[in-house]
Amino acid sequence: MAVKNKKLNLKDKYQYLTRDMAWEPSYQKKEDIYPDEQFEGIKITDWSQWEDPFRLTMDAYWKYQAEKEKKLYAIFDAFAQNNGHQNISDARYVNALKLFLSGVSPLEHAAFQGYSKVGRQFSGAGARVACQMQAIDELRHSQTQQHAMSHYNKHFNGLHDAPYMHDRVWFLSVPKSFFDDARTAGPFEFLTAISFSFEYVLTNLLFVPFMSGAAYNGDMATVTFGFSAQSDEARHMTLGLEVIKFILEQHEDNVPIVQRWIDKWFWRGFRLLSLVSMMMDYMLPNKVMSWAEAWEVYYEQNGGALFKDLERYGIRPPKYQDVANDAKHHLSHQLWTTFYQYSQATNFHTWIPKQEEMDWMSEKYPETFDKYYRPRYEYLAKEAAAGRRFYNNTLPQLCQVCQVPTLFTEMGAPTKLSHRQLVHEGERYHFCSEACCDIFKDEPEKYVQAWLPVHQIYQGNCEGGDVETVVQKYYHINIGEDNFEYLGSPDHKHWLSIKGKSSDEKVESAKQDAA
Amino acid sequence: MSVNALYDYKFEPKDKVENFHGMQLLYVYWPNHLLFCAPFAVLVQPDMTFGAFVEDILKPAIAAHPDAARANFLGAEWQLNDEPFTPDANASLKDNGIDHKSMLTVTTPGLNGMANAGY
Repeated sequence: MAVKNKKLNLKDKYQYLTRDMAWEPSYQKKEDIYPDEQFEGIKITDWSQWEDPFRLTMDAYWKYQAEKEKKLYAIFDAFAQNNGHQNISDARYVNALKLFLSGVSPLEHAAFQGYSKVGRQFSGAGARVACQMQAIDELRHSQTQQHAMSHYNKHFNGLHDAPYMHDRVWFLSVPKSFFDDARTAGPFEFLTAISFSFEYVLTNLLFVPFMSGAAYNGDMATVTFGFSAQSDEARHMTLGLEVIKFILEQHEDNVPIVQRWIDKWFWRGFRLLSLVSMMMDYMLPNKVMSWAEAWEVYYEQNGGALFKDLERYGIRPPKYQDVANDAKHHLSHQLWTTFYQYSQATNFHTWIPKQEEMDWMSEKYPETFDKYYRPRYEYLAKEAAAGRRFYNNTLPQLCQVCQVPTLFTEMGAPTKLSHRQLVHEGERYHFCSEACCDIFKDEPEKYVQAWLPVHQIYQGNCEGGDVETVVQKYYHINIGEDNFEYLGSPDHKHWLSIKGKSSDEKVESAKQDAA
Repeated sequence: MSVNALYDYKFEPKDKVENFHGMQLLYVYWPNHLLFCAPFAVLVQPDMTFGAFVEDILKPAIAAHPDAARANFLGAEWQLNDEPFTPDANASLKDNGIDHKSMLTVTTPGLNGMANAGY
């Protein structure tokens, strides 16, 4: 019999190319084929309940992504040919890109590896296909981000060795260890960590400010990357929500396990995003919104509605969300003053905010900025003007879990550090907070192995005992070019020459601004 | 609790004292002086005296603070791992009970940092 309709409709195509690729094994046991599916204790009774909201097939996926790539690279070319870097708001902005390229783009690559791995581990075909597509998205994002920012590498310092630095530089162990923690978990925890807690609950706090920040500061290459990634991100967020609802609906025993993962990964994500808080408030010369405002909209309101929705499954909001909500008034300021004092060991520059920026912060942080943080900058400006630009020459204590220096303060006591410590099997461990200490207590075997940059330097594993050798040789940070204060840096001088100003007069006026 | 894993999951702690070539780690927190964003992590000889630690390690670390010149650390209030502690300046760190990865907290009465903000 002749087949009349050779062309399959989308639904049939989807069925053939995804669900029909899965079959019931007869030669091997299912648990041998998917050996990682059981050990976390998550019970799945019926994989066919998995919904695929996008019903995207691989061939449609390739076509769609190729179309986006074509447009994206046309814009990158135009940006480069027109010397787009000359039209940004100010060269200080490029420091946000340095942080992104060394801190976030390698995470996209780690996500690619993570999704490739877990995509192999689910016996449900729908989940496998969703993970496979997200793996390819993440690889694409890592590549396109590097291409979007590579033009800047020709004109500014600190962008030359991002993946190498990601594996070594002290503060980059914060994002790196975050993803290593997720990737070494089982497949269900990985999805709860990355698809749900990060992509669904927190990702808007990274991408919206970052891409709007690029737009506000004239960086068309990065904005265009943002648009090109947006439809992927929407798919990732939908996967995140689908994952959590699917797991919770499958069995009531899954609820306490998922709750513990949500508590953990909300907090780990929040600590990771502290880097974004300072980027938003300090590194964008033209500001989009404050970190506190972003947190209110994207976490307190959206997250509030989400957890209300999840209540019916027996899920409550993350355990330490009150601490995170309170920290919105302090976070970016505590982070920036930390990076300011350790700028000798970063691949980007720091600076004292200008007078009008401080006034903006007073307005955005009426209860905290003038009281706790403006005096810091006034003091630092005075010191810098007297030729004593402050650097902290002693290494900081790091948190055993999040690996951020233990710089955070107690809720309701903003001058007291929220340090915790405990002894586990005869060894002492230190934490930035009760929440990180809790995470350690749940899985101490994991965190006793943490590669803490400060301790590694002291053990002599970073090519030298002094900071200068470590920075130059082990981090590949070019001393005097990539690091230290922005004012008077080669980037600053280069920017002034682009804008046709002499560097002396500008440094003077900037100093006065700061003072 | 302990980690849920596919196999017997047991690893050596990365920061055991024997990895520090005869030295040990010590953390020092000077409350109300947040010019220094976090407690210091320093590498010390276990048999150095407490007095030498104050002179050679602590004082240079905090020198940039305007309160530094007025701080009398040997007459200050100390805590060792969150417990009250009276250091003996002439005894070694080890004999003072300061072991690897201990944390000292030193409060200097009357010196509360800058701007009334513990800075």
